[in-house]
Amino acid sequence: MELDLFVRYGPALLHGFGVTVLCWIAGSIGGLVLGFAIACLYHWSGKWMRWALQVYIDAVRGSPFMIQLFILYYGGPYFGLTLDPVPAGILGFIVYGSPYFAEIFRSGFQSFPKGQLEAARSVGINEWAITRRIVLPQMLVSITAPLTNFIIILTKETAILSVVTVPELLSETQTMAAETFTYVEPFLALSLFYWFMVEFTSWLGKRVEARVTRHLKRA
Amino acid sequence: MTAGSAPANRKAGPAAMHFSFQVIFHNLPFLIDAAKWTIAISAVGMMIGMVLGVLVCAARISGPAWLRWAAGLYISFFRGVPLLVQLLLFYYMLPYVGLNLPAMVAAFTSMGMCSTAYVAEILRGSLQAIPRGQAEAAEALGIAPVALWRRILIPQALRIGLPSLVNELILLVKVSSLASVVGIGEITRVAENITGETFRPLEIYLAAAVIYLVINAILAQAGRAGERRLGIG
Repeated sequence: MELDLFVRYGPALLHGFGVTVLCWIAGSIGGLVLGFAIACLYHWSGKWMRWALQVYIDAVRGSPFMIQLFILYYGGPYFGLTLDPVPAGILGFIVYGSPYFAEIFRSGFQSFPKGQLEAARSVGINEWAITRRIVLPQMLVSITAPLTNFIIILTKETAILSVVTVPELLSETQTMAAETFTYVEPFLALSLFYWFMVEFTSWLGKRVEARVTRHLKRA
Repeated sequence: MTAGSAPANRKAGPAAMHFSFQVIFHNLPFLIDAAKWTIAISAVGMMIGMVLGVLVCAARISGPAWLRWAAGLYISFFRGVPLLVQLLLFYYMLPYVGLNLPAMVAAFTSMGMCSTAYVAEILRGSLQAIPRGQAEAAEALGIAPVALWRRILIPQALRIGLPSLVNELILLVKVSSLASVVGIGEITRVAENITGETFRPLEIYLAAAVIYLVINAILAQAGRAGERRLGIG
């Protein structure tokens, strides 16, 4: 394994890593926000709106992320949406992640008995206190694990952005491999790197989970 | 293979161009024909996953310590590395071990080895959901281990794990689109080729998405029918 290769291409790889992290974080936050909006809309709207949201959720969850990216990036100009690769990748991530996040939030809304809210109102606890003391703690407990799980899955999905020429870690590695005619070592190193990244984020996720559920352990 | 395979006319797309159903109808036969590769890749991937998944699961729960550790490492690696990277790794590594059919073999291997890790975890979860007392009771009654697995543990584990296994199969259908990157003529690859000829990415990719949706809807329905048959859901 030629180490000087990685030194020579170090800046490019580092830049690619930056783009990967940017797409991952921006896409996760955007997906969380859009998913939360969809879940709220679903919670408070009528039959037709729910049907339309369900179609959106099923369509996005039933088709490959790659095809969605192609529609957005190559099809976009045909309906007046011409984006550069990185914004297109982030937007693709937001669209792709939103239905999964929406489903997680929806299950969160249903995770505690409705009677608790009625009881809290009838003993005169105000709405803010109900949200902060009763709804959120219970909702957080039930949604933290699936949320962190999906955000970890998104770490891996960043690799797919390379197909629409987003200059992230995988495409920088492919460039390096093509220019230097060395294929096995770079991809092996890349696998190990992603592996490390995913294990690290899942460790972080476990920490967050432990923090959110700590009141359950203290009792 | 990288960016180059994409049609280069992005900027040329006039926003006023109307949506053409004709393009879709003309090219639909090619896309549907390509679906057989999508189905083949995901089916083979799932079969490999089921067979090896049982073995890895068995190693993970009842092997000696080093085997359990190795199975855990396997699961962690194949669930932690993006499938696209695994695919490229296999694609470039297979010629080194003397296999000269890189694209197809790489696609089958990476899909199979990746689904193995997921199936193993699904089975482990389902086995753990069966109360321990059942196995102990069976042992106390003198039921042989083979009968214990065949009559008691596996039927229940399959019932518990079926929804997740169907989910995994649907996931495989979706990720089989990655095989287009190494040049296999499944739906996504054929859609790319047609787009290169017709310069109609919007219509063609939407049509491709609909085909994936139809395949997955059928699988989901079949899964539900299977659940009903097994008396769950």
